Order: sequence, then structure tokens, then C-alpha cells
Amino acid sequence: MNNISSIRDLFILLVGSSLVSNVVLSQFLGLCPFLGVSKKIKTAAGMGAAVIFVITLASAVAGVIYKFILVPFNITYLQTIVFILVIAALVQFVEMFLKKVIPSLYEALGVYLPLITTNCAVLGVALTNVQKEYGIGTGVVNGFATALGFTIAIVILAGIREKMEYNDIPESFKGMPSVLLTAGLMAIAFCGFSGLL
Amino acid sequence: MKEKRVAERLFNGLIKENPTFVLMLGMCPTLAVTTSAMNGLGMGLTTTVVLALSNLIISLLRKFIPNRVRIPAFIVIVASFVTMVQLLLEAYLPALNTALGVYIPLIVVNCIILGRAESFAYHNPPLPSLFDGIGMGLGFSVALTLIGAVRELLGVGEVFGYRVMPQGYTPINIFVLAPGAFFVLAALVAIQNFIKKKAAAKGKDVSKVGSGCSEDCTNCGEKGCSKRFYDADAPGKNPVINEAVAIKTVEPEKTAEAEKTAEAEKTAEAEITAEAESTAEAKKTAEADNTAVVESEAAPIEEEIKEDDKNE
Repeated sequence: MNNISSIRDLFILLVGSSLVSNVVLSQFLGLCPFLGVSKKIKTAAGMGAAVIFVITLASAVAGVIYKFILVPFNITYLQTIVFILVIAALVQFVEMFLKKVIPSLYEALGVYLPLITTNCAVLGVALTNVQKEYGIGTGVVNGFATALGFTIAIVILAGIREKMEYNDIPESFKGMPSVLLTAGLMAIAFCGFSGLL
Repeated sequence: MKEKRVAERLFNGLIKENPTFVLMLGMCPTLAVTTSAMNGLGMGLTTTVVLALSNLIISLLRKFIPNRVRIPAFIVIVASFVTMVQLLLEAYLPALNTALGVYIPLIVVNCIILGRAESFAYHNPPLPSLFDGIGMGLGFSVALTLIGAVRELLGVGEVFGYRVMPQGYTPINIFVLAPGAFFVLAALVAIQNFIKKKAAAKGKDVSKVGSGCSEDCTNCGEKGCSKRFYDADAPGKNPVINEAVAIKTVEPEKTAEAEKTAEAEKTAEAEITAEAESTAEAKKTAEADNTAVVESEAAPIEEEIKEDDKNE
């Protein structure tokens, strides 16, 4: 019984973090890659996959470090410094590991990995997990869901941008402004998901 | 002479190179916390403190930080100040701390701070660096307060909590919600584009004016944010990653052509690319590339300051 309710909680968390409070469209984290790497669906999907991979891993590692190093030694106030260094090191390490062990996955994600190091969504998720006092397992689910939300948003935006490319847009609104307006309209659409929970 | 330099730095940050309106850096906090003028001001001032102090310390340590590990060193320094500021806010301004939430620790990854550390503080003496930080921070604060005020005015009909709009005004709620942030920023960038185009038509130099986070990443700490990495229209700025993507997306026969073109265009850089087999190396090259650009930009400023020193 307990198991079922906890699984239900996790599912609610999954929907909540990926759709209802979407990381880009309602929390404004990871905005730069969202606007920068969304010109083509293919690159957007690649970026999304890399982000899912890194954020899930980073929330697991950050969760473990928080629980077994920062809390026992009573130095939780160092979380910001520790998390950002851990994330930067982790991305480098993942890159080397993938290159040696799973070259095919490295081929697919390789270009995007170094670009993620300073993506504020990664640090944001690690900090949110701590702030909301999620356990390690819940934190990983939250991380995965958040990254999934990022991927959904960036792929949709890339699809819209591909269609928009040849439209006749007023001179001043060419480029960034039209993309931002699109993102705003998407944010309105995503507001509709708040009825889900 | 000293006062003049200080004033010049402040003016530069506030108006000439305003991080938000001109350079378009640090868009994440700009969009996220500007639901009201007060939140914008709080975020701006917090960032100012971190920016000024980290600029000062980085400038003091610039002779001791080896070039190769400068980015991690910057991050540690910035993160330390962010932690201090966060603890102070928790103790003395708990309401603001709750309102800004996770965006306070996220100041660490704000493009503006790493950007200024890299492009100014690392190459200049402490005093100008301190005032560069204060100027940039104040420019950021003013911008955030203005955006916050506009959103609060349209969305609630108030500014700083005081009723401004007449009683009959129906607030447009969406402006304090997430979509409103995108719309306000879109309007802002459109206005900037308009002014830029007019200035360019008059023959003014607008090369320093950014347009959106995704176009001025030379000054930006966020390596992950650039349109130039993927934009075929803007080649050359980052040949390594451009080419890496080209190899991935383009057919093999075409790749050879692309490589030839790239070599023809930039032989020296293409050689580096050929050596850079791993992306890690590619990243280093990109960073080196960035540094070169940044240094070349910073050089004139440095010279100016040296001249100033002589004059004194």
C-alpha cells in the first residue's frame, strides 16, 4: 500500500516537474541553450538528450554528496560551491568515460556535453532538490522530469522555428524577438497544464 | 585622473555597456525575478555586491591565478561571495530571500559575473575592476527595476506596491506570470534592434551592442548558450564547434568540402581543429579562442589605463 502511494507521488512529481512547472517556460532556467540551440529539431533533440543524461546523473551525484558528505560534516552552507564544482567535474568525467566505453553514445551526445557545464538548469535542479528536501531517489526522478520538460520545450520550439523561418516578419522582430514571442505563447499553452494536478 | 577613470567605469556599466539593455547578458534572472520592481531591485543589488567583490578579489589575485585554471578559480571565488551574500540575506532580509529563492545561489552562473571577470577584472588593477563591477551591477539593477516596474504596472497596476493606475484599470494579469516576461523581453529586444538599425544607418559603430543572450557569448561566461555554435550564417567565430556539428549533420562527401572551405578560410584554426580529436580538447581550443578575442578587446582598455597611470 505504502509502495503504491509512493509510486503515485513520484508520478505526480514527474508530471509536475516536466509539464506544470516547466523548467524553461515557467522557471526560466536553461534559457540560453533553449534560445540558442533551437534552430533545428535534430540539434534540439540532441541537446535535450544530453541534458536529460547530465541532469539525471548530476542530481544523483549531488544528492549523494549532500547526504553523505555535507550533512554529516555540518557544512551544508557550502552547497553552492560544492555543487557547481561537482557538476563541472562530472561533465568532464562523463565525457571522457563515454568516449572510452560507449563511443556510439559519445558520437551522439559529444558535441553538446561541454556546452551543458554552465547550463543553469543543472545547478538549479541540484539546489531545488536540496531546498525541497527530496531524498536521493526522489531527487533523481525530479531531475529526470525537469530535463524531460526541457527537452519537450526545446523540441517544440525548434519545430515552430523551422516552420517560421521563411515567414515575413517585421524587420525589428526578426531573430530573437520573434523567438521570444513564440516562447511566450508556448508558456501560455503550458499554463494550461496547471489544471493537471 | 583617478576620479575620471572611476566615473568612466561607472558610466560605462550604467549606460554605454549596460549589461541588460545593451549587452543582453544574464537573461535568466532578468526574466525570472522581475515580477515586481522590488524583486528586480533586490536581485540587482545582490548581484551588484557579488559582482563588485568578486571583481576586486579576482583583480587582486590576477597575477597568481594560472591562465589554464582561471575559469574554475573564478567560479570558486564567485560562489564563495554568493554563499556569503545568501547567508546575510537569510539573516537580515528573509522576505527578499524567500521571494528570490533559488535564483540567489544561481547568481554563480550569471553570464555577467564570469563575463566581467574574464574580460575586465583578470586584466586590470583592483580599483578600476571594483568600480567596473559596481557600474555593471548598478546598470543591471536599474534595468531589472525598470523591467520589474513595467511588469508590475501592467500586471497589477502598482509600482513598488503603490497604486499608480486609476481605479477603473483592469490589470493584465499575464504580465506578472511567466509568459509576460517573454513578451516584455521580446519588446525590449525589438526596440533595441530598431535603435541599432537606425544607428547603423547613420554609420555608428554598433558592433558592441548584443542582441539576445545568444549572440554575444564572447563576453559571456555561459559557454552553452550560443547561436554562433550552430548558426550557419555566422561562421568563423567558433570554427571548432561549428565544424564538429557540420561533421555530424552533413553527409560525408559534403563534410570534405566543408573542411576544405574551412581550411581555406582559416588555415591556422583548421590545423588546431585537426589536432583536436576529442571534444575536451576542442573545448579548450574554443576557450583559448574566446580568450584571444577577449584579450584583444581588453587590450585597448588596459593601454588606456596604463597611460592614465603614466599621467599620474
